Amino acid sequence: MARGIDVIIRIGGEGGEGVISAGDIITQALARCSMEIYAFRTYPAEIKGGHAVYQVRASDEMLLSQGDGIDVLVAFNQEAYDRHVAELKPPGILVYDTDAFEPPAEFKGIRYGAPISTVTREKVGSNLTKNIVFVGVVAELFGIPLDRFEELLKQRYGKKGAEAMEKNLVALKAGAEHVREHIVKQDAIKITPRERAPRLVVSGNEALSIGAIAAGLKVYAGYPITPASDIMEWLAKELPKFGGSVVQTEDEIAAIGAVLGASFAGKKAMTATSGPGFSLMVELLGLATMTELPAVIVNVQRCGPSTGMPTKTEQSDLGLAIYGAHGGAPRIVMALSSVEDCFYGIIRAFNFSERFQVPVVVLSDQYLGHRKASINIPDLSQVQIEERAKPTVEELQAYRRYRMTETLVSPMAIPGEMRACYTASGLEHDEAAALNHEPANHQKMVAKRFKKLDAIKHMTGLARRYGVDDPEVAVIGWGSTEGVIREAVDLAQRRGIRVGALHPKVISPLPEDDIRSFLKTVKKVIVPELNYDGQFAKWLRGFFDIDVVSLAKAGGAPFSPKEIVDKIEEVSRNVHTTAVPGV
Amino acid sequence: MSTQQQSQAYKSGIHPVWCPGCGDFGVLSALYAALAQKMWDPKDIVLVSGIGCSSRLPGYVNTYGFHTVHGRTLPIALGVKLANPSLNVIAMGGDGDGFGIGGGHIPHMARRNPQVSYIVMDNSIYGLTKGQVSPTSLFGQKTGSTPYGNLETPLNPIALAVAYDISFVARGYSGRPKQLTELMVRAFDHKGFAFIDVISPCIVFNNTYKEIPPKIAEIDPSHNVTDRAKAFELAIDTSKIHLGVFYESIRTTYEEAQQQVIEASVSGSQSRVVEQILARYS
Repeated sequence: MARGIDVIIRIGGEGGEGVISAGDIITQALARCSMEIYAFRTYPAEIKGGHAVYQVRASDEMLLSQGDGIDVLVAFNQEAYDRHVAELKPPGILVYDTDAFEPPAEFKGIRYGAPISTVTREKVGSNLTKNIVFVGVVAELFGIPLDRFEELLKQRYGKKGAEAMEKNLVALKAGAEHVREHIVKQDAIKITPRERAPRLVVSGNEALSIGAIAAGLKVYAGYPITPASDIMEWLAKELPKFGGSVVQTEDEIAAIGAVLGASFAGKKAMTATSGPGFSLMVELLGLATMTELPAVIVNVQRCGPSTGMPTKTEQSDLGLAIYGAHGGAPRIVMALSSVEDCFYGIIRAFNFSERFQVPVVVLSDQYLGHRKASINIPDLSQVQIEERAKPTVEELQAYRRYRMTETLVSPMAIPGEMRACYTASGLEHDEAAALNHEPANHQKMVAKRFKKLDAIKHMTGLARRYGVDDPEVAVIGWGSTEGVIREAVDLAQRRGIRVGALHPKVISPLPEDDIRSFLKTVKKVIVPELNYDGQFAKWLRGFFDIDVVSLAKAGGAPFSPKEIVDKIEEVSRNVHTTAVPGV
Repeated sequence: MSTQQQSQAYKSGIHPVWCPGCGDFGVLSALYAALAQKMWDPKDIVLVSGIGCSSRLPGYVNTYGFHTVHGRTLPIALGVKLANPSLNVIAMGGDGDGFGIGGGHIPHMARRNPQVSYIVMDNSIYGLTKGQVSPTSLFGQKTGSTPYGNLETPLNPIALAVAYDISFVARGYSGRPKQLTELMVRAFDHKGFAFIDVISPCIVFNNTYKEIPPKIAEIDPSHNVTDRAKAFELAIDTSKIHLGVFYESIRTTYEEAQQQVIEASVSGSQSRVVEQILARYS
């Protein structure tokens, strides 16, 4: 089969007009045609008003990024046209509401105009379904069978009653009918539904929430904050079905407090927040380190500092995640790299947290948390779940909570389960948990808390590698940029550049052995990241004697493959001019 | 075993760091006696504290203890209770920890009403940091941080607790450990969030041993503890230091409510639930 379809559809309109719902519905319908999906949304911080955008890329093949530019622009209004038309790639397909605006004469692309507002008013009788009329138009234009939508509409609107449901179905059909009667197709995009194993279409935050339940989460405490609130809402609905509890606390300090209390009492506990909430949590993060308590803290990053841009993506909390808390408080910092990784990564976070008795900070971001992708249905029977070590019966005779073991992780007694009473304290203590302010003991206990994590430095499989085996130019990224870096590396390789990439999933401690062996042939390392000051590039430089080229940009929008390919080409040229002088 | 012997069973053997004459000794011995009356297995008890002289108390009791950070005692205690409702959870700390830095958590514990007892050792001073003004220091009081006198009016913990609708509100005095023991036992038996403000003088930085006894008044046994308006009336009468139970009401505890949600939502095997969830996204 020749290279099949790879289409990027962007929908833009006024917040509150149903742009996001329309995008979600189209995305899921495409997935039900067995297309691979890569979708994301950005929306204004206001509940209603402001410009909302939904973009979905659909392909027959695996998708790694949102792609470059757009193939189809669905413009609800003039503003959507004005903002996005420049990114439209030839031939440039514009679907728009002729009642709202008419594109200027200079627009040379394909015009699929329809009087959406009129159709909505006349055929449905309700302005609320304008977005679904648009969905009908798009479906008919690109050959997405209408039956794929009907069930989705039932799922989405069925709860609102038969009448609302019926109106949406009428709207869908009205849009499709208008295309059949009035529009002549001028482009070649045609979706061909295929039979394939079913896939899940989930957002990063949804995948993370499902993974947390699979990992054995029992207590979730959180405070609403964009873009992490949907994790709490999802778990509030689902966690009780698995015997767990969700509490919305009065602030983020109370949230991590409740998490630590629950962990002390022996349960797996988690909180999820975004930058401002994470800033509030760091004191208790230090308590978790000091008392050696497992805890999982998810930070779905957004633009900062301060309130920043709550609905826009950024990777600028790395420094806080690694160092946040006074007194040098070691913890594990992980970064989730894809929607699928949100599922498996959060399970690893719980496992590491239990194994090492340490807080694990899991970094996601708005772009990853809110974008949707099609992923393989996880096989839960294959998921390995770890539990914290508990003292043996013999140990209980003279129980020492912080006993130095070979791994430096000490078996943990659980209240209610065993007679091994001890008081955990944020004050420095000795192996027996007795308070101790001697410098020598402090040195020993600080070392214990740091060194128990050293095992991670030597673990394999914590970084994904791709590209050529002996790269000259390397890309090392972290977090949600994995897909776009991989796509860029593929492109650069096809252009003959000896480039490879490594994507560590654990950021602190870094899997140093794997990184070192990857770096053997590398002359220059490009570090793309969505923050202004190149936080990861600086972190890497602290461990490895490498020539780092930081490709840092403040967040707001994700990288496009082109931005990274261009950098790879530029660095590759430099490597050759400096390596062979005079050429 | 005699009650005294039973009390011994709850002693950790670590000698308190408190100054001789500290009110907290009285609170600790009342706690030993109250635990002895309850005869709870030490493994089923978790004491949670914040930061301050009084927050060192968990280390002196042979139970599980969690000596945490300043001001976050209550949410941490909530987490313990939520994780295992069969544990007996007692939160404690000082007035700075509870009413100053941690004051924002109290109304929310009141709203949730978990079966957690909260004992505040209230000495109206920051003792551990050597004598700064606290939320319950008197107006005009000279302290290390108020050399010209306190410019702020003290808050009234009992009135606040009643206003927040904490479901059990009492006041004790460290100098009357027998009564304090009884109040603790009642708090432990209370099905819900129970708050005891214990006047526990700081002998070094705010020695009120002379001022307090003359102001003490036992709450009359005829006081109807379910009458919230009467409780409030008693609370705002600051001409006396009323000791005893001000207010008690019974409503669903947080852990009961959580359990009801769990029972109502658990349907069929967990693998079936997983399948249902996954089906929604395919």
